[in-house]
Amino acid sequence: MPLANATLARLREIVGAENVLTSPEDLIAYSFDGTAAMQQLPGAVVFATTTEQVAQILKHANRTKTPVVTRGSGTGLSGGSLPIPGCIVLCTVKMNRILELDRANLTILVEPGVTTLAVSDAATAAGLFYPPDPGSMKISTIGGNVAENSGGLRGLKYGITRNYVMGLEVVLPDGEILWTGNKCVKDVAGYSLRDLFIGSEGTLGVITKVLLRLIPKPAAKKTMVATFAQMDAAAQCVSDIIAAQIIPCTLEFLDRTTIRCVEDFAKVGLPLDCEALLMMETDGHPAAVAEEAAKMEECARKNGAMEVRVAKDEAEANKLATARRSAFSALARLAPTTILEDATVPRSELAKMIRFVAAVAKKYNLRVGTFGHMGDGNLHPTFLTDERNKEEMHRVEEAFKEIFDEAIRLGGTITGEHGIGMAKKSFLPKFAGDAQMRVMRELRRALDPNGILNPGKMFDR
Amino acid sequence: MSAGHSHLKDLDYSVVQQCMHCGLCLPTCPTYDATKLERHSPRGRIALMRAIADDRLTITKTFGEEMYFCLGCLACQTACPAGVNYAELFEHARAEIEEKKILANPKRNLIRGFTVSWLFMDLRRLELLGKALRLYQQLGLQALIRRSGVLRLLPKRLQELEAMTPSVCDKFSAELIAPITSAGDTKKYRVAMLTGCAQDLTFSDVNRDTVEVLAQNGCEVFTPAEQSCCGSLHAHNGEWTLAQQLARRNIDQFPPEQFDAIITNAGGCGSHLKHYAKLLVDDPAYLKRAELWDARVNDIHEWLVQITIRNPEAGIRNQVVTYHESCHLTHGQKVVSQPRELLKAIPGLLLVELPEANWCCGSAGIYNLTQPEMAGQLLDRKIAHIKSTGATTVATANPGCLLQLINGAAKAGLKLRVVHPMTLLAEAYHAEDRDRHST
Repeated sequence: MPLANATLARLREIVGAENVLTSPEDLIAYSFDGTAAMQQLPGAVVFATTTEQVAQILKHANRTKTPVVTRGSGTGLSGGSLPIPGCIVLCTVKMNRILELDRANLTILVEPGVTTLAVSDAATAAGLFYPPDPGSMKISTIGGNVAENSGGLRGLKYGITRNYVMGLEVVLPDGEILWTGNKCVKDVAGYSLRDLFIGSEGTLGVITKVLLRLIPKPAAKKTMVATFAQMDAAAQCVSDIIAAQIIPCTLEFLDRTTIRCVEDFAKVGLPLDCEALLMMETDGHPAAVAEEAAKMEECARKNGAMEVRVAKDEAEANKLATARRSAFSALARLAPTTILEDATVPRSELAKMIRFVAAVAKKYNLRVGTFGHMGDGNLHPTFLTDERNKEEMHRVEEAFKEIFDEAIRLGGTITGEHGIGMAKKSFLPKFAGDAQMRVMRELRRALDPNGILNPGKMFDR
Repeated sequence: MSAGHSHLKDLDYSVVQQCMHCGLCLPTCPTYDATKLERHSPRGRIALMRAIADDRLTITKTFGEEMYFCLGCLACQTACPAGVNYAELFEHARAEIEEKKILANPKRNLIRGFTVSWLFMDLRRLELLGKALRLYQQLGLQALIRRSGVLRLLPKRLQELEAMTPSVCDKFSAELIAPITSAGDTKKYRVAMLTGCAQDLTFSDVNRDTVEVLAQNGCEVFTPAEQSCCGSLHAHNGEWTLAQQLARRNIDQFPPEQFDAIITNAGGCGSHLKHYAKLLVDDPAYLKRAELWDARVNDIHEWLVQITIRNPEAGIRNQVVTYHESCHLTHGQKVVSQPRELLKAIPGLLLVELPEANWCCGSAGIYNLTQPEMAGQLLDRKIAHIKSTGATTVATANPGCLLQLINGAAKAGLKLRVVHPMTLLAEAYHAEDRDRHST
């Protein structure tokens, strides 16, 4: 479904012809994001470089009722930036300037196309710290992180993207430009619209500037890897650590299948003879780090850990964290299609949930690799399949239905950090309930009366 | 080839499907980094290949140009947790483009016909051309012509190309290296030395140095005077059948069962030489030997570290050296730490890390000739990083990179020695003799 010529002409007028792509080769290259088995051709891809351009694009789209899908680097895992057939893909990667680093107020102001890594590097260069670290942080954009409210490995201690957003510039569907938030730690004036846009998955506005909070860099850090012969022992170790009132900055786990894939790729010397591996990291004051690390090691040993290995330096610690971040992609070594979810449960229910995932995989005769953020209850069961095998794909769907139902039953959520997008749209009404769905629909209609922003995502209007 | 034949459609679909488009390749791709366009990224290119395999796209001119805009540096293969074999996809895509003649035009056909199908199919022709070029340079004609200003009459592009003409060595490898180099009393291994094409023409001294280092470390070296191209130029440029011919010729000339190792010192060649079995998979007469061949081919650095070298006792004069990684040595062969280890073994040599050491310098085979603009951007970036290290010498293990860096340093007016690690190692062994004689 090609776009109207008048629309293309207007887009070229706004951003210049070189920033409007319409060739089949270009459209194919933008027909997907990081989500498996989903693909749709847009009508055009448009690169904006200023807020004013975004405003003009939206004004035109609103007037002509042309759907707009905002996209950063396209690494999302729920189809949030998957094009709607014939839509305008509004790509923000060329809005990639760091505008200000305020050392007095510990904030950084950036454009949405700046990568998460660039934010993190800029903070580090100033002796500061930006903790959210989603798996794709080397290329994911901060605009996408805010729109999806991304998590990461350090969520347990440091929270997620939402906890660092202090202000946003957002272009509304009618082209009006709005600022919400500021550099004040305290601000209770009116509704917190900022919080409404965080995690709105491109359905309420287009984020054009982000003001982020930075924190002092922890003075010390210790990373260790513990291996277990049984999954339950690893889960119990995590429970013991939390019960001992230690909040490590990461507490990640990998199952046997995932360990093998990660080691095959990263070659960091992960032990292959175990059922579960915990990657644990503590940071802060050197004395506290030493004490916490000793206690964590004790918890691991008490639960029969086969081995506890401490990273000898920062380089080895970074290697381990990078290896862990590759887990999802590395699982693709085993199967053509990897479908991953991020069901999340309260930490106390974690062991139960892990056992349930294993049982469901057995019931539906599916191969599964499970890894995730054990410290915050956020699991990533990943089914290894082939999208061309329709029958198996159906079994995968059925298995996920059961997993989501169980997560809800245990007081958890259907998505901890990837978002609803297309992938979990059908599960949202059951999870959210009628009242929440009604309020969300009314909010969306109020902000986007013509339904041009990411239509069909999250829920139908 | 039948009319319905298609390299991309005939590929095992799982190779195409292996890419799960997570995007982790994007930050390592030089063309994506420069343009921020998905089409110029690994996952974008794979999406196009898949679209062709799925009949959603035909082989278009744009597709053809895209596949030649790719450097083929394989940085994406290192970054890819899913283990996508991009090299295989990319070579099949280019082969299909050549078979469909989608980019064909008289000038391109002439140049390709001359170089890929003629010149590099028989190295005696290349040698002859080299000798002619050498004469042109030695008689002072080049200097004369350059001074005369006549070159200014040429189009700018040709002027740039003339400036890039490599200086041809005084002697080719066959004139420098005996067919058999003895390891003396210390013989432990029997190895074959592949002298290469560009390497032989412009860096035959590197071949000599390599053979000397091997002999110093217990290797008897077999270096026949007449050798064939490894075929990487052909495979990377879509000439599948010619690449297969050259592979068979090499296996015949260097029967892998007769050697402990078959040595290459050029990153680009090695990366191709180790995959003859893939190339000859449909040839039952050669497949078994090709598999043995692949196992026996060793990059020189890889081999030397594996057999544990004798550390040179004498130093070279104090030198600050930085190391630029050849893409196909690092990403193609995963030989990353060994060259550094060998350099550090030289007394008096201070190795400083080069920022973005594993980022392509823009040479990329003949890319600097076909895509001068992108190649130039990458070269400028590389030279700036080299400058930032303060090193007076840069070591790198691929003739394309050596030439590219020599040109880059000259263009930037930077006094920089550009050298193969084997030359530095050979110099250190020579210094031992010097020290011995002086005491």
